[in-house]
Amino acid sequence: MSGDAALQERRRGAMRVLAHVPVAEIGARMAEVPVPPHQHLRAPESGLVMVRGRAGGDGAPFNLGEATVSRAAVRLQSGEVGFGYVLGRDDDKARLIALCDALLQSPDHAEAIETRVVAPLRAQMQAGRDRSAAEAAATRVDFYTMVRGEG
Amino acid sequence: MYVAVKGGERAIENAHRLLAHERRGDRSVPELSLSQISEQLGLAVDRVMSEGSLYDRELAALAIKQARGDLIEAIFLVRAFRATLPRFGASEPVDTGEMRVQRRVSSTFKDIPGGQVLGPTFDYTHRLLDPGLAQGGDPETPAVAATSDVPMPRVTDILGQDGLIEPSPTADAGAPVGDLTRDPLSFPAGRDLRLQNLARGDEGFLLALGYSTQRGYGRNHPFAGEIRFGEVEVEFLAEEIGFAVPLGSVELTECQMVNQFKGSATEPPCFTRGYGLTFGQSERKTMSMALVDRALRARELGEDVVAPAQDEEFVMSHSDNVQATGFVEHLKLPHYVDFQSELGLLRKLRREFAEANAAPAMKEAAE
Repeated sequence: MSGDAALQERRRGAMRVLAHVPVAEIGARMAEVPVPPHQHLRAPESGLVMVRGRAGGDGAPFNLGEATVSRAAVRLQSGEVGFGYVLGRDDDKARLIALCDALLQSPDHAEAIETRVVAPLRAQMQAGRDRSAAEAAATRVDFYTMVRGEG
Repeated sequence: MYVAVKGGERAIENAHRLLAHERRGDRSVPELSLSQISEQLGLAVDRVMSEGSLYDRELAALAIKQARGDLIEAIFLVRAFRATLPRFGASEPVDTGEMRVQRRVSSTFKDIPGGQVLGPTFDYTHRLLDPGLAQGGDPETPAVAATSDVPMPRVTDILGQDGLIEPSPTADAGAPVGDLTRDPLSFPAGRDLRLQNLARGDEGFLLALGYSTQRGYGRNHPFAGEIRFGEVEVEFLAEEIGFAVPLGSVELTECQMVNQFKGSATEPPCFTRGYGLTFGQSERKTMSMALVDRALRARELGEDVVAPAQDEEFVMSHSDNVQATGFVEHLKLPHYVDFQSELGLLRKLRREFAEANAAPAMKEAAE
């Protein structure tokens, strides 16, 4: 994987985690890492994204319905530009995600963001998913066949 | 025609004040919070998101509270709110095959890879009212079991491997996707527009139409190939970023109806598909949608269009409960002038009737 592709996957991975955790958790983690001067490149705003499905699950796309989305863009003084897009109407969350995205692109801050913000939140998100999966698994039907015979 | 009638301002103001009072109900009873509605009336929230065509649990809960639990009124409120926001674009099509499944059942195969997962369902409950719930109190925590890594392919994908079911329709990447919130409806409508229309259509209307196909008004011969519910990731290709951004997850219900055959002199017979997909956990709606989707494919599959559920103009023009309630309920608005003209016409007709009936008698009397 080239450096660019690796960075892109790291950014996507961080965005995926941050989008799934409560804003207060992101804020609390961010308060523990150094954050350099930065400015809004785009003030946080809320809008809509049309969510698409596919006919039959795997066929031609169709418009299922819209979802609310907040977005923001942040620029570090050192020039890195970060973006935040997230379901819901939470400008603060979009701003924090944009800030993390910018910091992940900065050689000076990427390590701290990855290990002290994203990694613990990823573990938290995964724990929640594991719990849901285990609860669903308990409702899995175990079919057994009654065999009629001698003995 | 309607005319503006002045003089009702005070009455309207006081009516709204009374409405707010009635909405609150007995003030000695604690007020409902949005999180209570969202957490404890979750299926009502799901319905409002689905038919309001806007995924936002908090907004749907607010709409339900404001509408005093009238879900169609709540759907109306959500649709109106939606019109106030800019649209950033459209998501990448979601992949329901990658769903984090909470529930997944098939009525066609007992042993499917990944198994039958009942999840949170009313099925198999005895439908007896639970007096314990009236008292309140926390239920047991859910049971847990070891999870498996066996993937859960869609049942239709399994049938498709052997060519036993028709493939899903394909489209060229980048081909425009019809959007009935942007362009007025025209007929015949493509499957994309039909599915969008059904996804936001009224649950009761689609339930009745789906039911009608089972009772013989447009026979589908359906099997519930699969119903699944769970979380699906949504991604959005933002131009300025240059890659698909993960936005988070939405809960969806999907239904694959497997229906009786099509085939021709050149193609072997195979099962046909009907598809349903909705926001949240809305199984009845999703199954109804899949039945009606299949019925609406009558023309495409060379079937006679003989039943209401097969008539796309009839179905699509009447499925939207916001439009429907608007037109039905507008009859409440002042029609004084219209009615006066009807009254005038009726009086004239009655006069003519009376004169016509009186005339022969006079004629007879003269003879």
